[in-house]
Amino acid sequence: MPPLMTVEGLVKHFPVRRGVFRRTTQLLRAVDGVSFAVEPGETLGVVGESGCGKSTLARVVLRLIEADAGRVRFGDEDLFTASQTRLKRLRRDLQLVFQDPYASLNPRMTLRDAIAFNLIIHETDRGTSRRRADDMLHDVGLDPRLFGGRYPHEVSGGQRQRVNIARALVLGPKLVVLDEPVSALDKSVQAQVLNLLQQLKAARQLTYVLISHDLNVIEYASDRVIVLYLGKVVETGPATVIAESPKHPYTQALFKSAPSMDPAQRLVEPPLTGDPPNPLSPPSGCRFRTRCPFATAQCAEVEPPLHEISPRHFAACHLYSNVN
Amino acid sequence: MSVSAPAILTATPAATIETSYWRLVGRRLARDPTTLMAGVLLGAIVLAAVLAPVLAPYDPAAGSIRLRLSPIGTAGHLLGTDEQGRDMLSRLLFGGRMTLLAGLTPIVIACLFGGVLGILAGYLGGATNSIIMRTSDIFYAFPAILLAIAISGALGPGLGNTLISLSVVFLPRIIRVAEAVTVQTKSLEYVAAARASGAGSWPIVRYHLLPNVLAPILVFTSTQVSLSIILAAGLSFLGLGVTPPAAEWGLMLNTLRQSIYVDAWVPALPGVAIFLVSMAFNLLSDGLRDAMEVRG
Repeated sequence: MPPLMTVEGLVKHFPVRRGVFRRTTQLLRAVDGVSFAVEPGETLGVVGESGCGKSTLARVVLRLIEADAGRVRFGDEDLFTASQTRLKRLRRDLQLVFQDPYASLNPRMTLRDAIAFNLIIHETDRGTSRRRADDMLHDVGLDPRLFGGRYPHEVSGGQRQRVNIARALVLGPKLVVLDEPVSALDKSVQAQVLNLLQQLKAARQLTYVLISHDLNVIEYASDRVIVLYLGKVVETGPATVIAESPKHPYTQALFKSAPSMDPAQRLVEPPLTGDPPNPLSPPSGCRFRTRCPFATAQCAEVEPPLHEISPRHFAACHLYSNVN
Repeated sequence: MSVSAPAILTATPAATIETSYWRLVGRRLARDPTTLMAGVLLGAIVLAAVLAPVLAPYDPAAGSIRLRLSPIGTAGHLLGTDEQGRDMLSRLLFGGRMTLLAGLTPIVIACLFGGVLGILAGYLGGATNSIIMRTSDIFYAFPAILLAIAISGALGPGLGNTLISLSVVFLPRIIRVAEAVTVQTKSLEYVAAARASGAGSWPIVRYHLLPNVLAPILVFTSTQVSLSIILAAGLSFLGLGVTPPAAEWGLMLNTLRQSIYVDAWVPALPGVAIFLVSMAFNLLSDGLRDAMEVRG
C-alpha cells in the first residue's frame, strides 16, 4: 500500500533578528532535513527532548508555518504547492490536536459551538453542524445535553482535551497529528484519553502522528517511532524493536532516563546530563557527539547518515555504519 | 460508529443552563453593591442632565444683578446664584449636559476608531502594524493635558474643537490596548486550531478574535471616561473649550474662581459635580472589569 503521507527533506529555520534594522544574524535550525513516511492506519510516534523541533515539525507538515525546503505529499497531492482553495479542502483530511487544553479552546464559545465552528466554515448549515457536534461530543464520552452548552472554564482539563479531539475529528479527517495530546493531563486522565484515541482510531480508520516527549506514551500507543534530536532524525523503527533494543546512543540514554518503578533499577547518575546544545549553533558532524559517551574524532567531522540496522530499523550513528 | 463513553464521565455534572456571556456580565454587575451605587448615581446625573430643560427652575443664562452670589439655601435659589446672579441649580443641570457631552463623545469616537485601527494593526501585523503604531506613538509621546491644550489652542475654542482634540488624545491609547490584546489573542492555540481547520480570516476575526478582545478594550475605555471628563472641564476652565455664556462645569469653576473669597461654597459646587461624575465612572469601570473577566 502506498504511504498516506510522505515528508521529504523538510527544513524550517527561524531567523533570529537583532538590532535596530532587524537584520538576520543567526538561524535557529528547528527542523533540519527530516524525511519520513506515514503508512495508512498506523500510529507514528515522534519523540525527543523539549526544543528538538517536534511541535515545529507538526506545524510545518500541516502548513501552518511555511517550510523553507522540502516536500510533503498527502495521497498524491503536494501540500506545499496546493492552492488556498485546495488547501482548505485538504485541511478536512489533516487535523491537529493541540497540547494545551486551556489555550486551545476559545473561552467565549460553548463546547458545542467550538466543534460546530469547524463544520460551519466548511459550508455546513448551523443546525446540521450543531447536531453533528453533539454526536461528536457523545463519541468522545461527553454527554452533549450536559456539556454542549458549557464554556471551557466549566470543565476539567481531560474533558477539554476530549473536546479538542472531537473538534479535530468532526471534519472526518484521514490523518490526525496529535501534538503532545496528554502531556498536560494527570496520569490517570492520560490513560483515559489515550484509550479514547485508540478506540476512535479503530472506529474511524484513522492514522495518527503522535508527538510526545514521554516514552511511556509513545511505547504504549505507537506502531513505529521516530526519534528526533536537534531537528534531525537519529533513529527510526518499529516501536517494539526500538523499545527493546535501541541502537542510537541518544535513544538508549532516553530510555535509561525514564524513571523505573523498580527500586533496584533506580539510577544513581542520570545517563544524559545538561541541556541539548544551542540549536543556533549545532555541533559539527554528529549533533549528539557533545553528550555522547562513544564520541570519536570521526563524529566531529562526518555527519552520520541513517543506516539500516535490521529491516525497517534505522539509526544515524557511526558505531553502526562503520561495522558494515 | 459511536464509542461507548465511560459512565463516570457522563454522570458527573448536573444539568446546566446555557447562559450568554453578556447576561452573565449583567448578573455579576447587579450583585456588586459599589458598582450598583455608582451606576445609580451616574444614572441620576445623566437623567438630570438630559431632563435639564424640564427640571431647571430658571433660564441658566438669565442673571439678576441684585441676586449676585446668594448663598446655598436662598429662598427660590436652592443652590444659590453665581457672580452674575444666575441660578446655580439650573446652571449645574445644563452644565452637566455640556460636560458629559464633551467628555463622553471623544471616548466613543476614540473607542470606535481606535478599536478598529488597533485590531487591524494587531491582526495584520507587518507594515500595517508599523504605520499605525508608530503614528500613534508620536501622539502618545505627549502628556494628555499638554496635547489637548496644544490641539485646542491651535484649533481655537468651541465645543466642536474640544471634541476633536480630546478624540485625538484618547485615540492612540485605545489603539495601543486594542493592538496588544489582539496580538496576544492571535497567538493563542484556538486561533491556530481554526486556521488548521481551514477557517479564513473573517470567521477567525468574527468568532475568535472579536469576542475575546472586545471586553478588554471596553474595560480600558471605561477607565478613560473620567479622565476625559476632567480634561473637557479643564479645557473649558482654561478658556479653550466651551465658550461663555454657555454653562459648563469647568467654565463655571473658572468664572466663579474670584468669588471664592466671598463665599467658598457656591464656587465649589461645579468641582463637586465633576468629582462625583468622574468617581462614579471610575467605580463603574472597576466593577465592569471584574464582571467582564473570563474565568479560564
